[in-house]
Amino acid sequence: MSAGETILEVKGISRRFGGLVAVNDVSFNVAEKQILSVIGPNGAGKSTLFKLIASFLTPSAGEVLFQGARISGLSPHIVARKGVVRTFQETTVFKAMTVRENIVIAHHLRSHAGLTGFYFGSQIARSDEAEFGRSADEIIDFLGLAEQRDKLASSLPHGHLRALGIGIGLATNPKLLLLDEPFAGMNHDETSRAVAMVGRVRERGVTVVLVEHDMPAVMKISDRVVVLNFGVKIAEGTPAEIQRNDKVIEAYLGSEDASIGL
Amino acid sequence: MSRSQTSTQLAILAAFLLAIFVVVPWIIAASGRFDLYYTLTSVALLSIASAGVWLTFYIGRINIGQGAYALMGGYVSAILVVQAGLSFWLTLPLAGMFCAAISVLIGLPILRLRGVYFAMVTLVLTEVARLTALALPITNGAKGMVSIPLPGPIGFGGFNLVPNFATLKTPNLAFYYLSMVLMCLCFGAMYRLVHSRIGKLCQSLQQNEELASSIGVNITLLRVIAYAISSFLGGLSGAIFVGIAQSIYPSSFTVTDSVNFMLNCFLGGLGYVFGPIIGTFLLYFGWDLLFQTGPYQLLIFSSLLIIFMLVLPNGLLSLNPFAGKKA
Repeated sequence: MSAGETILEVKGISRRFGGLVAVNDVSFNVAEKQILSVIGPNGAGKSTLFKLIASFLTPSAGEVLFQGARISGLSPHIVARKGVVRTFQETTVFKAMTVRENIVIAHHLRSHAGLTGFYFGSQIARSDEAEFGRSADEIIDFLGLAEQRDKLASSLPHGHLRALGIGIGLATNPKLLLLDEPFAGMNHDETSRAVAMVGRVRERGVTVVLVEHDMPAVMKISDRVVVLNFGVKIAEGTPAEIQRNDKVIEAYLGSEDASIGL
Repeated sequence: MSRSQTSTQLAILAAFLLAIFVVVPWIIAASGRFDLYYTLTSVALLSIASAGVWLTFYIGRINIGQGAYALMGGYVSAILVVQAGLSFWLTLPLAGMFCAAISVLIGLPILRLRGVYFAMVTLVLTEVARLTALALPITNGAKGMVSIPLPGPIGFGGFNLVPNFATLKTPNLAFYYLSMVLMCLCFGAMYRLVHSRIGKLCQSLQQNEELASSIGVNITLLRVIAYAISSFLGGLSGAIFVGIAQSIYPSSFTVTDSVNFMLNCFLGGLGYVFGPIIGTFLLYFGWDLLFQTGPYQLLIFSSLLIIFMLVLPNGLLSLNPFAGKKA
């Protein structure tokens, strides 16, 4: 595990929906350039936790700090501007745009020109556009989507869509990328390619937090793992520590061997 | 975009401008059908209001409330001309801006709604506008405002850039030119908007708001801007209608008008900037042509509309990809 500086602090956050406590007093830290995975059985509160970090939900208690500053309660687009960017559980992309258009539009955060600048085609706006195009092509090549460049997103197969989702995230130049189930619905080959891709994303200097069901993939890729059950953190540690943890095995009882990749 | 495509587009544009500014007035003068001026002026103005509705479609909102802003713009212009003695020309941008300002206040809460919920609220807006016009003392209630003076001249010193409409023998022709010029300006500006990065941002909103937000797009701001532009166009078009009719009543723009603005966009094609022009033309003339069928007019008209939408769900312009006007 590479121990960089702490980039994200989750401090005792809880979220209630009416009487249901979806996330209950969860705390953990993420170090820079680390890959941290959040796992847990269905309904453990993983997705809620994920939305709390990306500020798509406001915590009922506790707070999330990014680089020492509170991000809980800010609008998602402000949080994205600070460098915390999420991808989505489903294959969420702009379906009626081409791969390249998707990634170009995702450069929005990096634009220097304002809306009026883009309207009148100012000098800054034109240099922004040129830079976005160049950077988008770089990301497309990085993700191995070169052949799909001008295809409509709606026509892409599952694996490429997921890659495009990550590409959209990368285009925003994030410091922390939140991946929601990046390996869901993938076959073995697609998963190993995606695992390698997430590894390369980290090599670009991006910290990654991911929520995932696929245990073998999580164990292979993560520096640290946080386990949730019924909204409570029941374990945290390296993949090896998690695989030996009694509480975790209990939570996955019935299919422990297969599902936690022993 | 290829060079030949660009030159085709320029040729179409030139032909269109020639048609509306030279050929049509010439044909009308030759045939003596001067009533057509009023019809075509209406089409131009309705298409401006529809362009606004089209823009709200472009950010993924079904807007059935444009009639409210047309009515509001009409009253603002009428009140400013009659009560404050302002020039009609000055009231045009003022009416538009008043509507835009009101739409920001209304839009901030309601633009959070999506799909049918936003549509329902906007549908109610038109009725609210009518009832407000009935109730307020300044709008003169159900009696409306009548005998509003025709637009005066614009000029400096002795030179008139735009003549005094009241002294013209054919104010219809003047209104025709005014509306056509404004329609061209409006759609030129819309074309630029859609083909700039802002158009892509609007599309990102239409396709997935959460994702747009997560890549840092200020979706609230963009929605409000689009809605304000839409309402500006609605108010502007309403104000000119009042200038032509020289009168306004609470029933000048009703829910039917709001629905028609939306239909114009559907008919022309939601994916095409110039869709509203084609759609308005078709709807307006289609309705008139069926006049002879008497009591069956509405039945035939609505059946045709249903068939049309089934056969051409992407609008009339989807028939002609060669025009290359796809937004």
